[in-house]
Amino acid sequence: MSDQKNLTRLLQLFALAGLALLFLVPVIGSRALVQDLFGVLTLFILAQNWNLLAGFAGMVSVGQQAFVGVGAYAMFACVILLGLDPVIGIAVGGITAMILAIPMAFFSFRLAGAYFAIGTWVAAEITRLCFAQWKALGGGTGTSLPKGTTKTMFGVPEIKSWLGGSSSAASDALTYWLALILALATLIAAWLFLKSRMGLGLQSLRDNEEAACSVGVNPTRLKAWVFMLTAFGTGLCGALLFIQITRVTPEAAFSVVDWTAFVIFITVIGGIGTLPGPIIGVIVFYFLQRLLADYGTVYLIVLGCLGIAVMLFARRGLWGLFTEKTGLELLSLRQLPPEENQAH
Amino acid sequence: MILVDTLIQGILLGGLYALFAAGLSLVFGVMRLVNLAHGDLIALAAFVILSIGTALNLSPFVAVILAFPIMFAVGWGLQTCLLNHVLGDDILPPLLVTFGLSVVIQNGLLEIFTADSQKLTAGAIEVQSLALGPITVGVTPLLTFVSSVLVIFALNQIFYRTRLGRAFRATSDDSETVGLMGIRPNNVFAVATGIAMVAATIAALYLGIRANFDPSIGPARLLYAFEAVIIGGLGSLWGTLAGGVIIGVAQALGASINPEWQILSGHIAFVVVLLVRPRGLFPRSKD
Repeated sequence: MSDQKNLTRLLQLFALAGLALLFLVPVIGSRALVQDLFGVLTLFILAQNWNLLAGFAGMVSVGQQAFVGVGAYAMFACVILLGLDPVIGIAVGGITAMILAIPMAFFSFRLAGAYFAIGTWVAAEITRLCFAQWKALGGGTGTSLPKGTTKTMFGVPEIKSWLGGSSSAASDALTYWLALILALATLIAAWLFLKSRMGLGLQSLRDNEEAACSVGVNPTRLKAWVFMLTAFGTGLCGALLFIQITRVTPEAAFSVVDWTAFVIFITVIGGIGTLPGPIIGVIVFYFLQRLLADYGTVYLIVLGCLGIAVMLFARRGLWGLFTEKTGLELLSLRQLPPEENQAH
Repeated sequence: MILVDTLIQGILLGGLYALFAAGLSLVFGVMRLVNLAHGDLIALAAFVILSIGTALNLSPFVAVILAFPIMFAVGWGLQTCLLNHVLGDDILPPLLVTFGLSVVIQNGLLEIFTADSQKLTAGAIEVQSLALGPITVGVTPLLTFVSSVLVIFALNQIFYRTRLGRAFRATSDDSETVGLMGIRPNNVFAVATGIAMVAATIAALYLGIRANFDPSIGPARLLYAFEAVIIGGLGSLWGTLAGGVIIGVAQALGASINPEWQILSGHIAFVVVLLVRPRGLFPRSKD
């Protein structure tokens, strides 16, 4: 037992060291690496949010691209129409996504189980088609951030004078750090939430809805909270993503493949319903993409097959297999009895 | 008069959507399975018809007959090898497996057939029209609608009048007890999915004659099909036809106001119906 504890400690130390290293990447790494890791981090944020929604709250949404798109468009509106700083636009993006989640929940919560998936997908399509009508932001063809916006945004000049190099590299570093902070915040918030009274209620609902209701858990209210909070996280991430991309079109911002399909596979392969799952999933996804980069869409086929295989043979994904084999846990959600009781 | 014309075009378009949805409705009715790959399977069927037609130099109306057994086998195989293993109380595995399947089929088609737009050429029938009083309707849309009524009728007959249909309904009600009566639920499910794929092949035929298609068209068809099924009420085949017609009419009306609103107004009709009647227009059972 103490052996296992030591190993767990070791694993935690590794995780911390890895985190410290991640923070240093813009200082010591190349710009290409910063951009690559930015993509990985944002996918992780999206995946963790979806994991909370589907893995813990049992709401399999195929409409998360709605929140990415709305976050992106809200940020663009702040910058282009109101002349605000893109970093403020990120916060506005998150809040707008959360506001959109209210009518969307009102509609899609009427659909039980699998039909919820279709309901959210349709809602996302409706949002996409509506934003394609917004002529001030380019309508169906989209628009770009005004030239130089990202070079002068909040913090970039300071980072530039500190790191040296070009303004574009500094803006990449800024978006990277923001993504890293957001990823970390998502992970911690998810852990705290799941450890809280509400999180406990959520997991009890997943395990046995009737029993949970009988001890006073209110399923609709809990699920609505999770739906709105994950919409907020997804919207923030969407706005951040499109600061880096600097160009928005309805197709790209509301892409079901980029912002939902990838995210679903990442979570499923890594381990749905576990907190470290999306981390593992995003690492696998990144290497798969690098490995198969020259073969066009083959990596999507491989990803799909992997997802199917995981669902057939190992429902808790790679992380589930790992904990099963080794007994090691990270970010465990297990509730241990209080210390005094153990002493008796 | 323009309004009447729009309505008729919408109803005929609804026939196509009902065809997309018929297989989905059957599969849901028998095994409560939501198949997110249905749209991509329709796209696959369209490419099968196209390949047979080009290889043997046949009209699509003949090629489709050869495509039926192929697609039946695809459905049967999918259900036996894959979907039967994930059916159960937990809705997550079937959803994710069919979602994975959707991505695999879509990109597999893209690898084989490239992203080029294709079309099934049916000859003169494509442009022929009938004058019904002051209204003119195309022969192909009319044929599509008649086919969809026939398909729904046939599925209903199978479901309520045959031995196989009795097995479908019994398995749907209680798949464990049915096992005691000498019926293998897994086989019943496989046959049901096979039949659903035959219906999807008919849908693919008219889809390919009516408009261009490419490997990426699946998801949009899936949404129309689902909307038709949910509007009609889960498990009701005639309801599915009504649902398809509602989506079709809404799209035609939207398009007549502004072409950009065609798809949007179909989706909005779906949302409105669900807000008014959360369980659809003609729900069959209490689930």
